[in-house]
Amino acid sequence: MEAAIEVVGLTKSYGRVAVLAGVDLRVARGSVYALLGSNGAGKTTTVRTLATLVRPDEGRATVAGFDVVRDRRRVRRAISLTGQHATVDESLTGEENLRMMGRLSGLSRKGARRRAAELLERFDLAEAGKRRVGTYSGGMWRRLDLAAGLVGAPSVIFLDEPTTGLDVRSRKAMWEVITRLAGSGTTVFLTTQYLEEADSLAGRIALLDGGRVVAEGTADELKARVAAWRLDLVLSDARSFAEVTRLLGARAVHSDPARLTVEAATDGSAAQVRALLDEVDPGRSAVERFTVRGATLDDAFLALTDRERAGG
Amino acid sequence: MSELVAWPVMTGRAVRLSLRNLDALLTSFLLPVMVMLLFVYLFGGAIQTGTDYVTYAVPGVLVMCASYGASLTAVAVSQDMSRGIVDRFRSMGVGAGAFLGGHVAAGTVRNLASLVIVFVVAFLLGFRAEADLQGWAGAAGVLVVFVVAVSAVSAVAGLLARTPEAAGGFTFVVLFLPYPSSAFVPVHTMPRWLHGFAENQPATPIIESVRGLLLDRPVGSDPWKALAWCGGFLLVSAALSGRLFRDRAR
Repeated sequence: MEAAIEVVGLTKSYGRVAVLAGVDLRVARGSVYALLGSNGAGKTTTVRTLATLVRPDEGRATVAGFDVVRDRRRVRRAISLTGQHATVDESLTGEENLRMMGRLSGLSRKGARRRAAELLERFDLAEAGKRRVGTYSGGMWRRLDLAAGLVGAPSVIFLDEPTTGLDVRSRKAMWEVITRLAGSGTTVFLTTQYLEEADSLAGRIALLDGGRVVAEGTADELKARVAAWRLDLVLSDARSFAEVTRLLGARAVHSDPARLTVEAATDGSAAQVRALLDEVDPGRSAVERFTVRGATLDDAFLALTDRERAGG
Repeated sequence: MSELVAWPVMTGRAVRLSLRNLDALLTSFLLPVMVMLLFVYLFGGAIQTGTDYVTYAVPGVLVMCASYGASLTAVAVSQDMSRGIVDRFRSMGVGAGAFLGGHVAAGTVRNLASLVIVFVVAFLLGFRAEADLQGWAGAAGVLVVFVVAVSAVSAVAGLLARTPEAAGGFTFVVLFLPYPSSAFVPVHTMPRWLHGFAENQPATPIIESVRGLLLDRPVGSDPWKALAWCGGFLLVSAALSGRLFRDRAR
């Protein structure tokens, strides 16, 4: 089946700053896909390129089957983009905004009015529809923003950091909305810096770091790539820390000299943990406390981006 | 998305936004009215123009109202560009033509309304036009073309300005442009070094055309000069707007 989004070697620089250094992606139709990365990784540039707002320097991308450079118009008709900044008119009411988007999508006056009412209802904004958007709370105007993007019934929806800046309750509400959206067969491509968000919403995740995809897969696959379990060690002093880190070598996935903690990858079995402890701490004095836990996406992210930076 | 469908929608939007932005709306005609009152009542007695000062000054005030009102388009465009809404329009296929055209059209409508208000106040102050129907039509025509041309230039200024405040600075410059001309005082009363500018700047032929047409006096080649200036503004704006609109994408 044809992919909803296909990206090969996407490259983009602004002046001398290389923001995207060869991004490759493939998103299946009807799925939820998350592009995960910290600020400056290139998430927004990727999304804007796929939404045809930015022209890539090199590489190819097709969205909904159309090339983002050559068939811009057709891509635009099939997608919607919702970003972090206000893309609705604050001086207009919610209803007026949706009606305007409807008209711009080619609906008749009556059709636009009907669609606006339908979307307001669906996004729980029916009462607020008559009020100016400037009076909406953060969660409300993001829902309106999302609704505005859906007026044209797009097949691919781009969400750029949909919950950044929202409080916990609004974030959970937004997650529910996004999950329901995906259920209806639309492809959802979202960018986020929140690992929990990627983990709970997305079927597949791509880790973006330094303008490239450093890892890709389902959340479980990513966690597995960097060993399913972790042995967290808290060491008694700086000398022990130095010694243990030396002995662990490449098995230390993450270490924090300030806190005197080291994390080692392990398969979680008692035999391996015991063997590891005996190896790094024969005198039984260097390790103060230890914990064995399942690896989280946090760990995967840190490990994979650290590895990338170290050139591994 | 056809520009023909998008343009009326964008115009409707720009008009609605103007109506909701009450203080800008009020300023756009209160300001020229205040200036007119200032000149007619405070300064008019001391300025020799050979005629009733009100008769002399009103055409200049009308042109000033037109140009100031049109320049507010720069702020409207700049406000849009500084927010994400333009991205949404672009991703829906709305091009520079419909987007800027909407602002220009709305600005023209707004401007015509304020010109009518200013004219009514002028009438109350004693201004009497001597024109026949042709003269009225001519004066109205020159003003409308002028408004559209300045709106177009303002739209480009709005695209160039980095912030809406900078666009506001542009309106300030436009506000002062009519002064070094024959708008409020005869040019020969100004210092010699100013004559060249005052006689040849774009506001002058427009003011002289409106004055001549409204007061049924010979206008010579001024209307043609006025149209030439406006045509030039429109051409340059049209040429620059497409590229600037695309380049301003964040």
